[in-house]
Parts: sequence; C-alpha cells; structure tokens
Amino acid sequence: MAESIFGIHERALQVRTARGEMLANNLANADTPNFKARDIDFRQAMNEAGPVKGSHSSDMNRTNARHIEGFAQMSTSDFLKFRQPTQPALDGNTVETHIEKAKFMENAMQQEATLEFINSRITGIRGALRGE
Amino acid sequence: MSMFNILDISATGLHAQTVRLNTIASNMANVDSVSSNKEDTYRSKQPIFQTILNGAKNEPTGGVRIKEIVENQEPLKMEYSPNHPMANGDGYIFKPNVNIVEEMANMMSASRSYETNIEVMNTSKQLLLRTIQLGK
Repeated sequence: MAESIFGIHERALQVRTARGEMLANNLANADTPNFKARDIDFRQAMNEAGPVKGSHSSDMNRTNARHIEGFAQMSTSDFLKFRQPTQPALDGNTVETHIEKAKFMENAMQQEATLEFINSRITGIRGALRGE
Repeated sequence: MSMFNILDISATGLHAQTVRLNTIASNMANVDSVSSNKEDTYRSKQPIFQTILNGAKNEPTGGVRIKEIVENQEPLKMEYSPNHPMANGDGYIFKPNVNIVEEMANMMSASRSYETNIEVMNTSKQLLLRTIQLGK
C-alpha cells in the first residue's frame, strides 16, 4: 500500500539511510588500523530490491492463487563494496576523510531531496482528500 | 536499521577520540616527570582503535572502540645529571619516552576526527527532524 503511494522514494529513503550509516561508520573509523572503507552500490541496491517483476526480483513463485505471497527480503549489506583508496596509508586504513565527508554530504542532500519528494506527495494526497 | 544508528556510531567515534585526547593529555603532562630508575619512569601511552563488528554478520557497522591502551616500549631518555636530587647511584636520571612533536600532531588529528563526528551527528539530526516533520 505504502509502496504504491510513495513509489520508488520509500525504497530510496531506506537505501540512503543505510548508506549514511555506512559512511558515518567509515568516518568514525578514520583512525582505526587496517579498517577498510565501504560504501553501498546505490544503483544495484535500488535495482535488485525494486518491485520489478520477472527481471531481478527474487519473489517466491506461486503455483496457486491461494498461496501466501512470499517476498525474499534483500539486505543492503549484499551491495556493499570496498572503496579503492587513491593513496595507500601505512596502517592499512583506506578511509580518506575528505572523500568520505564529500560522499556523506552528497548522500545527505539526496536524502533531503527524497524527503522533499515524499513530502510533496503527502501534500498532494491531502489536497485531493480535502477536495481542494 | 534506523536513522538513529548513525548517532550511535558517531557517538562511539566521539568516545574513542576523547580517550585518545585523554592519553595525549596524560603524556604531555608527564613529559617532565623524572625518576631515578627505569621501572618507575612514565612511559608514553597510546590507545589502539578497533572496529566494532555487527553481531552475526561480522560486518563493520557498529562504530569504533578502544581495544586497549599500550605503553610505548621505546627506550627511555637517560640523562647524566649527578646534581639532580632524583639521580641514582651512578648519577643518572630517567625521563619519559614522550615525543612532544608526535603528541601535538596526534592531538590535532584527534580533534579533527572529533569535529568530523560532530558534523556527521549534526547533519543526521537535521535529516531526522525533516523526517519527523514529514507531512506537516
């Protein structure tokens, strides 16, 4: 139900939140020896988890209409990739704070945009309900 | 998985950097503490950071913590100073193996990392507030 109201933005918000968490973790571990910075492949995370039937989705097959509909939940951890550092560090840490900060800021702006889309959708529906 | 996790993660970062700043302060404060034998002399302390792994999946999404605080095993500074009240039988005093320049650089690194974590928390807070106010 909610999926049909907010469309792709609901899923986008989830992926962006998970990505923000990942980037915050990278920044928190900026001084941890041997820590490898990671990021979420946004495109893949969106593609795989989207409600597109037949292509990539991993829904369960139903042989009878009365079977309960199953949905294989994809976890965003399936799309984690390791960051390739531009300059190697002596302690094996691959966090480059400036890059992670830029990515975090980018992700925050995109999340803000997603929230804006959802917000305007709510405003639109409310307007329709009131008959304005 | 929720937005509030980011605040937890950044909080662990803040805590780890605070401990690091504390050890640095301790090292700097003890830079001139002299003693007459090797055992009693202050040794520079360094925290070791470790990623907190996320339970079952062994994934690093839980932040950072201090694994342990180790004492620097570099040789102490030995100084011949027979008139010093703390001098031993041979006229030597022992000074801590604290490297002031290194500590200063460490301190700046720690405070920058602290600031970064604060920034992350601030940004997340704004996003959370925006989420709470959806539809208003």
